[in-house]
Amino acid sequence: MSKRKVGAAHMPVGECITQVQEILRQRFCRQRVPDRPGGVEAQHKHLLGLLKRTAVHGESNSVLIVGPRGAGKTMLLKCVLRDLMEEKEVQKNLLQVHLNGLLQTDDRIALKEITRQLSLENVVGDKVFGSFSENLVFLLEALKKGDRSSSRPVLFVLDEFDLFAHHKNQTLLYNLFDVSQSAQTPIAVVGLTCRLDVLELLEKRVKSRFSHRQIHLLSSLTFPQYLERVQTQLSLPDDFPDENFAQNWNSSIKAVCEDKSVRDVLQRHFNSSKDHRTMNMLLMLCLSRVSVSKPTIKPADVLEASRMCFSDAKANMLHGEK
Amino acid sequence: MKYFTRPKIRRVLQWRGEPISLNRRTKISEYESLVIRVEGLPRTTVINVGQHILIEGEDEENPYVAKVLRLFGDESGTQKKVTVQWYSMVSEVPLSKLKLLGREPHPQEIFYYQGPNCDDEVSAESILRPVKVKHLDGSAPFPDPGDPDSLYVKLSWDSKTFKVVDSALVNPDPAPASCPKPSLPPSPPCSPPAAAPASRGLARRALPTPDPSVMRRAALGEVRYSRASASAGKACYAAEAESLHSATKLSASKCLSAKRRNAMERTPGVRKKLELCSPEKKSMSHTDVLSQLLDEDLESEGMLAQHLSSSPPRTLSLGHRLTPLKKSRRASAAQDASPLKESTGMDSPPPSAAEDSSRELLDKSPQQGGLVEAGLPTSSVKTPRRRNATPRGKYATRGQKASTPSRQKGSKVLKEPALGALAEVDHEDSPMLPVTTPRSSKRKSARLVLSRIKVQLSLLENQQDRDSDSEEEDDFVPSKKELQSSSEEEEEGEEEAGLDSDEDVVVKKRRHASAGSRTPRSKQKTSTRTPRKTPNRKVTPSTPRTPHRATPSIPSRSRPARQPANVLEEARIRLHVSSVPESLPCREQEFQDIYSFVESKIIDGTGGCMYISGVPGTGKTATVHEVMRCLQHAADVDEIPPFHFIEINGMKMTDPHQAYVQILQKLTGQKATADHAAALLEKRFSNPAPKRESTVLLVDELDLLWTRKQNVMYNLFDWPTRRHARLVVLTIANTMDLPERIMINRVASRLGLTRMSFQPYSFKQLQQIITSRLNKVKAFEEDALQLVSRKVAALSGDARRCLDICRRATEICEHSASDPSATGLVGMGHVMDALNEMFSSAYITAIKCASVQEQIFLRAVIAEFRRLGLEEATFQQVKSRRTERRRRRSCRRSFLHESIDRLKFI
Repeated sequence: MSKRKVGAAHMPVGECITQVQEILRQRFCRQRVPDRPGGVEAQHKHLLGLLKRTAVHGESNSVLIVGPRGAGKTMLLKCVLRDLMEEKEVQKNLLQVHLNGLLQTDDRIALKEITRQLSLENVVGDKVFGSFSENLVFLLEALKKGDRSSSRPVLFVLDEFDLFAHHKNQTLLYNLFDVSQSAQTPIAVVGLTCRLDVLELLEKRVKSRFSHRQIHLLSSLTFPQYLERVQTQLSLPDDFPDENFAQNWNSSIKAVCEDKSVRDVLQRHFNSSKDHRTMNMLLMLCLSRVSVSKPTIKPADVLEASRMCFSDAKANMLHGEK
Repeated sequence: MKYFTRPKIRRVLQWRGEPISLNRRTKISEYESLVIRVEGLPRTTVINVGQHILIEGEDEENPYVAKVLRLFGDESGTQKKVTVQWYSMVSEVPLSKLKLLGREPHPQEIFYYQGPNCDDEVSAESILRPVKVKHLDGSAPFPDPGDPDSLYVKLSWDSKTFKVVDSALVNPDPAPASCPKPSLPPSPPCSPPAAAPASRGLARRALPTPDPSVMRRAALGEVRYSRASASAGKACYAAEAESLHSATKLSASKCLSAKRRNAMERTPGVRKKLELCSPEKKSMSHTDVLSQLLDEDLESEGMLAQHLSSSPPRTLSLGHRLTPLKKSRRASAAQDASPLKESTGMDSPPPSAAEDSSRELLDKSPQQGGLVEAGLPTSSVKTPRRRNATPRGKYATRGQKASTPSRQKGSKVLKEPALGALAEVDHEDSPMLPVTTPRSSKRKSARLVLSRIKVQLSLLENQQDRDSDSEEEDDFVPSKKELQSSSEEEEEGEEEAGLDSDEDVVVKKRRHASAGSRTPRSKQKTSTRTPRKTPNRKVTPSTPRTPHRATPSIPSRSRPARQPANVLEEARIRLHVSSVPESLPCREQEFQDIYSFVESKIIDGTGGCMYISGVPGTGKTATVHEVMRCLQHAADVDEIPPFHFIEINGMKMTDPHQAYVQILQKLTGQKATADHAAALLEKRFSNPAPKRESTVLLVDELDLLWTRKQNVMYNLFDWPTRRHARLVVLTIANTMDLPERIMINRVASRLGLTRMSFQPYSFKQLQQIITSRLNKVKAFEEDALQLVSRKVAALSGDARRCLDICRRATEICEHSASDPSATGLVGMGHVMDALNEMFSSAYITAIKCASVQEQIFLRAVIAEFRRLGLEEATFQQVKSRRTERRRRRSCRRSFLHESIDRLKFI
């Protein structure tokens, strides 16, 4: 420990800045799943339990994760999957199929994609053979053959779930939910959507087959919590190589967050939206102003970043700025 | 593919001999055998009592197998009837029941049918031809590669179970087998019961004096290859047949099939020839090849028969000799050129051949002629094997099936050790001498050519020992003629051959399919059109050729799923919708109605339609399935006749017309395109069939089968009205008035008025359902159950929802188990939580959680609504209230948009 401290203490400032940029950018650009989902522990527990039951006990389930954009739906799912995969039993068994409503715009493509991701026997390389109807029959047959205790559970993740509801006859949804409601291969269908009224989009026979579990991700964030989050997002982790630098950085961040003007700016942001993405956008702009010559974030940086966030692109053009 | 169009041939059926008994009162006389003759052809087929025959089935590819028990007719002779004992083909046994077999059924396996409910009296007109049936002991393996033409009986099938069958039941009485009745000139010299189809082949090639014992042995299928010491003469025959076959341009499909078979079995003609002369090397493949060859001959014979009259006999026999020679020469060319010279002289086609309009015809006919001349002891012996002028497909099919006889013949030939090569000539001659036929001149020429061939073959034989080692020789060498045949055929043929012999073929095939030039489906189509092209394919294990063969399955897990550990988990599994309850409570009345409807239809052997409606989750499909389970059970214990149950679901198909495909596949296992399937089904349901089980068809989500012309629905409801269909259609949909709403009159009228509607469950019923599912697993408090049932009944009456809520409640209970006050049972509190989670709308929470700006905007909208008294406002107006934001009634975010929409209803 002391060795590392000594070694790290002498890290040049430039290197420290590079490290900081890297760590924080990963955080803001959501390249890394946070270790602990903030503010959604209950939902995390619920979803984890649900998927675990599918993976371990072979119980079929279906669930919708609903929340406004930027509320952390995908982040939640990723966290859950990461935690789930830590278990050996799950790791070996669970098959995953990821679909996105924006990519799989109709059932034909979706079916091919499912078949491909499950690598069933009518797949060679990346090619899926057979016509649409053959594929459907094939997939259903495959799912039907399995049973609760012997076949590997399959997790279907449907991103932009509401778009799947616009497919013709909702064939895919019907069949997935039907499988989840019958004694076939255990599957878990997880839908991610930002539409609160998504259930009203479903046909009634599809709706009846859906288990009506919804996990709502609605952040009831208050401003102090928001402020706290800004601070944690900007703080460096404890295992940062140069401890001195980290301490300095963290204390400067704390100071910035307590600054009156910064609080006002953040309050304004908070009022217009609470989601993670806008916040991360703002912080990213702040971070980009950090350099070797100016190794900390100053209140002025936050103000400038906020100004850029709120600036009207059209007005700027008319003014001839930038 | 060129088809030889043949005129319709009328079949003439005659009794042979005197009636063995005559019932004076009914004026029905019984006979011992029946002669079937095709007009214009000198040959006849004799059907004896005790013999196995094929009877016209529902389609040409699936004839029925039966054993003749009694032949009888009325005095006038207009009606000829046959009483039969049926056998079931594998395809006739329902797929679900095949599982009882505990093994893969052999493709040529048939079952002694002991089931009830089938008419064992058929018209003699429907007899196709005799067939060879062998009895095997229960434990005996199927002969491998097996005789492609025999059918094997191991077990009996009474529509419920398979039992071992006694060989005495199956094997025909030896009596008819051993009585060739030489006294009757028009009858074939030998008509062994099982070998009758072969009679032509037998007669043709076979021995001048048929030895009854040999015949019988052949008939019974006791082929002893070891005994067979083939003489050079035999070899000559085989070679001749082979070369003839390969050299002539039979129809492309035939060449193809031969080629494929050769490739598969790796028993090419050349080696055959070689091996034939050395008895030690003899193996089963001999007979296979022989039968194959003969097959081909048989097929072409029909054409010959027609052709004979028109084409001058002599040229014919001469002309055809050439091709065989060519072929054999080619095989041996590497070793010895001498036969070449011999044959070159003959290579030029005979002048008379030019007169023949079709070269194909010529090729075939000479061959035919030659063969017939060579082997036939009497002209009358030629039993007309192709009695029907049938379309080509059928023809080919039969040809293949007909191989039984030839096979037998082959074995017989092999068994006849006395006949030496030298005897061959005599043996040919001898039958001719006693019988003076008008074609004796022809025969002489034939003999001449034959002897020449023999010479050539004997030359070949000498080289043979050297040759036999080289594997290349084994490969079938396609003759020039084949090469000339239409390129597409050729290509396909080659591909096929390659596929069968090559492991890599799968890839190749797939590549091919992906190329788009020939999709797997089109492939399928061709093969269905000529389904018996490769009868042997099933016998040899071949690699899956197309993605179609891929088995749909999800890989199985490494460790079995964990068993429930506590009461709550146990309850959760029982409450899952997927678990099948022991009984279905609360639908007793509906169950009874459907049960009696279907039962009565099955018992009467009639058809009918029923329409079942009800909101989702009211147990429609479950009830029908329960009915089917009970009926199936009743059928198993013999209370009602057996039946098929097929289920299709409108949601599980991509197009309404796929319904045909799925029905056909579930009914018969065939794959076809939608149009073809529709045609096949139409035929199946409209044609009478002597033994057909009732079919119960469940059509779920009927409304999705709607098409503009409604022809799918029309057909589905029309088939049950056919007299012979025996089809019961149960349809399920959500809408009560679907027939009135979407169906045109003629469809609605066919659907009929047998309707049933499932009411949503009342709270008592829901409670009962949960209790019966839990089945004494004590996990819920009484009150909690009642609360759930009442809530759900009030909202939708959807049992699925009810079960889901209960399941969720157990989860909540489990999570809160740490609470010391918890009793471990699911209480009111947990159920309330679950209900709230599922029924409460999230809109209020969503608005509460919205950011300040969003809330202000919503407030502005509401204020504007109040001011206007209308639930609509332009953005301008809203903006004037609150100077923010951009568009009308829809904000930056769809999320907010939803909130506003919702707000309008608040």
